[in-house]
Amino acid sequence: MSTLLEVSGVSVSFDGFKAINNLSIQIGEAELRAVIGPNGAGKTTFMDIVTGKTRPDEGYVIWGESSVNLLTMSESQIALAGIGRKFQRPTVFEAQTVRENIVMSLKNPRRPFDLLFGRQADDTEYRVRVVSDEIGLTDALDQTSGALSHGQKQWLEIGMLLAQDPRLLLVDEPAAGMSPAEREHTTDLLVRAAKTRAVVVVEHDMDFVRRLNCKVTVLHQGSVLAEGSLDHVTKNKDVVDVYLGR
Amino acid sequence: MQSSFIARNPSVLWFLLALSAFTVLVSLLSEAGGSALISTSFLKTLGKTLCLCLVAIAMDVVWGYCGILSLGHFAFFGIGGYAIGMWLMYERTAEIVTTSLDSNILPPTPDEITDAIGSQIFGVVGSNDFPLIWAFSHSLTLQLLAVVLVPGLLALVFGWLAFRSRVTGVYLSILTQAMTLALSLHFFQNDTGLRGNNGLSGLQNIPGLEGVPQATVSLWFFWASAFALGAGYVLFSWVVSGKLGSVIRAIRDDETRVRFLGYHVESYKLFVFTLTAMVAGIAGALYYPQAGIINPAEIAPIASIYLAVWVAIGGRGRLYGAVIGAAVVSLMSSWFTGGSAPDINLGVYVIKWTDWWLVLLGLTFVAVTLFFPKGIGGLFDLLPRRKGDTK
Amino acid sequence: MLRCLFAVMMVLCTVTQAAAQDLQSILQTHAEEVASPSRNSVGTLLDELVASGLPQVPAFLEQWSDKNVWQRDDGLFFIGIEEDDVLALRDVDSGEDSTAAADGFTQLKPNGGVRRVIATAMVQFQLLDPDLTRRETAIASIARRPEAAQLAPLLASIEDETDAALRARKIQLANILTARFGETVEVRIAAIESLSADVSVEARAVLNQILSTREGADIEQPEGNLARLLNPLEAPDTYYAKLVDADLAPAPQSPDDIRRALEANIVEGRIGDIPLVQMDDPTLRIAAYAQLADAGVVPALITPALRDAALARHVFYDLYDEPDPQITTAAQTALSSVEARVGAAQVADLTLDALSLASIFFLAAIGLAITFGVMGVINMAHGEFIMMGAYTGYVVQLFIPSYTVSIFVALPLAFAVTFGAGVVMERLVISRLYHRPLETLLATFGISIALQQIAKNIFGTQARPLTSPDWLAGAWVVNDVIQISYIRIAIFVLALLFLGVILYILRRTRLGLEVRAVTQNPGMAASMGINPDRINMLTFGLGSGIAGIAGVAIGLYAKVTSEMGADYIVQSFMTVVVGGVGNVWGTLAGATMIGFGQKGIEWLNPSNTLAAQTYMILLVILFIQFRPKGIVALKGRAAGD
Repeated sequence: MSTLLEVSGVSVSFDGFKAINNLSIQIGEAELRAVIGPNGAGKTTFMDIVTGKTRPDEGYVIWGESSVNLLTMSESQIALAGIGRKFQRPTVFEAQTVRENIVMSLKNPRRPFDLLFGRQADDTEYRVRVVSDEIGLTDALDQTSGALSHGQKQWLEIGMLLAQDPRLLLVDEPAAGMSPAEREHTTDLLVRAAKTRAVVVVEHDMDFVRRLNCKVTVLHQGSVLAEGSLDHVTKNKDVVDVYLGR
Repeated sequence: MQSSFIARNPSVLWFLLALSAFTVLVSLLSEAGGSALISTSFLKTLGKTLCLCLVAIAMDVVWGYCGILSLGHFAFFGIGGYAIGMWLMYERTAEIVTTSLDSNILPPTPDEITDAIGSQIFGVVGSNDFPLIWAFSHSLTLQLLAVVLVPGLLALVFGWLAFRSRVTGVYLSILTQAMTLALSLHFFQNDTGLRGNNGLSGLQNIPGLEGVPQATVSLWFFWASAFALGAGYVLFSWVVSGKLGSVIRAIRDDETRVRFLGYHVESYKLFVFTLTAMVAGIAGALYYPQAGIINPAEIAPIASIYLAVWVAIGGRGRLYGAVIGAAVVSLMSSWFTGGSAPDINLGVYVIKWTDWWLVLLGLTFVAVTLFFPKGIGGLFDLLPRRKGDTK
Repeated sequence: MLRCLFAVMMVLCTVTQAAAQDLQSILQTHAEEVASPSRNSVGTLLDELVASGLPQVPAFLEQWSDKNVWQRDDGLFFIGIEEDDVLALRDVDSGEDSTAAADGFTQLKPNGGVRRVIATAMVQFQLLDPDLTRRETAIASIARRPEAAQLAPLLASIEDETDAALRARKIQLANILTARFGETVEVRIAAIESLSADVSVEARAVLNQILSTREGADIEQPEGNLARLLNPLEAPDTYYAKLVDADLAPAPQSPDDIRRALEANIVEGRIGDIPLVQMDDPTLRIAAYAQLADAGVVPALITPALRDAALARHVFYDLYDEPDPQITTAAQTALSSVEARVGAAQVADLTLDALSLASIFFLAAIGLAITFGVMGVINMAHGEFIMMGAYTGYVVQLFIPSYTVSIFVALPLAFAVTFGAGVVMERLVISRLYHRPLETLLATFGISIALQQIAKNIFGTQARPLTSPDWLAGAWVVNDVIQISYIRIAIFVLALLFLGVILYILRRTRLGLEVRAVTQNPGMAASMGINPDRINMLTFGLGSGIAGIAGVAIGLYAKVTSEMGADYIVQSFMTVVVGGVGNVWGTLAGATMIGFGQKGIEWLNPSNTLAAQTYMILLVILFIQFRPKGIVALKGRAAGD
């Protein structure tokens, strides 16, 4: 399994507070990975750094076979390079229909004039269908996405990520606020997605992580505390201390 | 593609129908149309109102659709007016000067003509040399290009600087307001070469049309304004519908998210900002020949604020809302401040509308912002929806 | 008034009686000159009067100058005051009072030029006058119109001068006079050198006078104290005009001259052999003129080549009016040293100006820094709160006549009024629009428009005065270059005071703690028993109240109009944004940067304050490119997005 994303020696501090401290993580191609850790462990900041939202003070983020340095790229360039991100709060464009949301995310030329003058590709409808079937929202395609339930919005957002056809999916707390049935559906979605691409899931909920059944990285105070299967890390004394000891 | 565009936007058709009907009606009632129920000065007011509607839909696209509360679009409008005003003033003065020089015994040399025109135009600011920015004022084609290109370039440069450094929201509004202030201060200076606070005047006299009565010229300008508004409406409807519109509205709602979808948000904002600035320039170029005079006070920040007020009262995020807002508020403004509104006698105090209209407008605006964020256009949502209209 | 005059005269009369020679006889010797004096010849008479040493001379000169001297038909002169055709007369020597009908008398009315000469002559008496103010007046009049004749009496009066300040002033003035009118070269050079440390306008004026030059043009270099040779090719036409003025060259022809000459010589539709219709070509015009010149009808055309040749034949120079090169050299050295000092003083003055401008920006912006910076609320009506404060001050002055008292009443009252207005606005409008910043901006626009118009309806469009008390009226004058009005100093002090108070409130009080808590996490703050509504209301009220006080201060310094707020609002937002939002120190830094920037640009281009404002705004827009979060930026999550 070749390495898709390599984060090495990254540190960042906000007004003296070290949010990330010499963090190194490697993600392989077509890998499902769960990142867990207590509040303030640096999970979201880690995603911010990979997607270009936050610039680290030191360290490298290397991407893909040709070893591109992500730190020199803008958010949109990183997204175009094949990294998709789902935010903690579902952020779909609520004023627009589910279809518009998906069409916007489809992998197509993305410059203004392409959109204004370019003809709509013939297979657009087919590609929208594939995504909507995957997330189970085909019936709701023409609904305003603001009218969707919380869980449906989460799926729509995952669908939008899939429509982008990224090589790496960063998913921030996908199961938050979901009913057990919805969680199951979400787990299936992520596991299926991870067959063809790398998926990194940040999550609090241990049950959810257990169901993903994948390699787990535990973050604490901005660096990796433990890595391995869930059973392996839950037996790690440091991890137990961090989660239970305080 | 085009048919599907109209099909997807039935409001465009309705709007064009209404606009055509209005144009025909006004033409028939105008002096040139024979019945003279609409005086030439009111015809000019209507023509100017159409231009204001055009700049208002531009404002609506940049603000209502793209979420950039620009307080600079009326400045672009004014620049368009200045660009065409330079040609009008130069050409008109040249005609007058040539006529008067014809009485000379010797035929005038080019230098003599230029000097005479220069002293006619710039005498008020104590100069008779042509500043550099008047270099193209003799050419209608070049000045017409300037109507579009100068606002466009200014918007492009300013927008590039502002969007690049991720200035958003209220910061951007303040920055555009500062830009507008700087521009109007710049235009106020005599050194700028645009006649300082005198501005450009006599713009209603169109060179080459001396023989045509003002009533007819005004009607032509009214038609031109109506055509420009119609064309602008179609253009912007096309821009804000479809995938580009989808992305633009997405940027308004959550810019960061759009960025993570791989769109270069700055290009989109810059595209919208520049395009609307260019249309604002065109609107200004049609407005000021009907107004007859332009001076730097026209581009002061407050003018751009009023533009935002019109759009907000009319209803953001729908083009016809902007048209309604601009038309209703600007016509009411000229009615109230023109002194034709009846004063209200309260016994102890007489409310003079010339004094109190702005107070009413300000408070109305607060009320609209608080209680009717959708504006007048929001009333259309209350209409019963027909089947198949849900899209 | 009349009585007063008589009292003065009585004193003078007693003196007069002791005089040996009598004034009337001197006057009679020059009767014609006295009756109708001329500026050029009256000097002889005055010299004689002064030389006589008669004590009644000063009084007479004064009355003469005031047109209170009358000549009787028999030629005798009297001091007299006319009232209803009756003259109250007084003898010029004895001081004896009498009355007579005005018929037999002619009033002497020396013209302005003569009166000035008389005043100069009187100065030497006044310099020794026992009354301090009269001596000061005399010095002031010498300073206004220095003349060679005043030097000796001035020097003579220094020794007996009792008032220390006036004595210093006399010495300074004597120096200045010596520099120009001193007897010997050595004395003058010494005086000039002593001026090299003096940055006063007077000293500079006298040095420039010594260095005054006149331009000239000639075939050869002239005799005399040459200041410099000039290069005529820098502005050939100007220098050629000088040659023409000096009759050293024939007059050139302007395009208009050529046109007139051509027009006057049209023969059968042609000029020379060129048809009239081709005369729109400037080169053909020249050709036609050349033909006329060849025919001897018009003078030859002065072409640029001819002009330059004429310029090359002549020397253009500046010649010092002062013949002695030693003196001009000394003055030159002294002047450059003075100018260096003036330059330094100007920098200091500019710094003071910039500081005071910065304080005004700070005052205008600090309220905004609280509402915008701390609460994140955009208040476009902030400028109108400033205006309300200023009008409050104006209204208070309508009721309280004492300016000192009224200012101290106005300051807290302005705070109260705008605090109230701010609280009302927060409750009614802003509290409904939290988290919708653009809408807040719009709604407050509406309020701003309405408030401005209401003020216009109440107070009219013309500016209202807000008068500062007398103790704030003057200016602190270091020298002729560095000076700053007390009101600006007061504004500076007020700005410092505000900075202190606000830092104290935000950092050391319970309110400040709660404000910061609500700003950072309203939910958490609420769960700890802080009422966010109350805090927001108080904070907004505080910011608005400060705007009111700033309004009083700004009103004292500028005029109070309904648009004064609008003049400051953009600058204020710039100040806050440049400084960095959410930080009082940032606002201070922003105000300092904008104040100094604007003054700096004004200094580079002094004629144009509008341009300075324009460029400053452009600079700010560029600055935000490099530091989008301002000078004092918060980093990371706290900064938000």
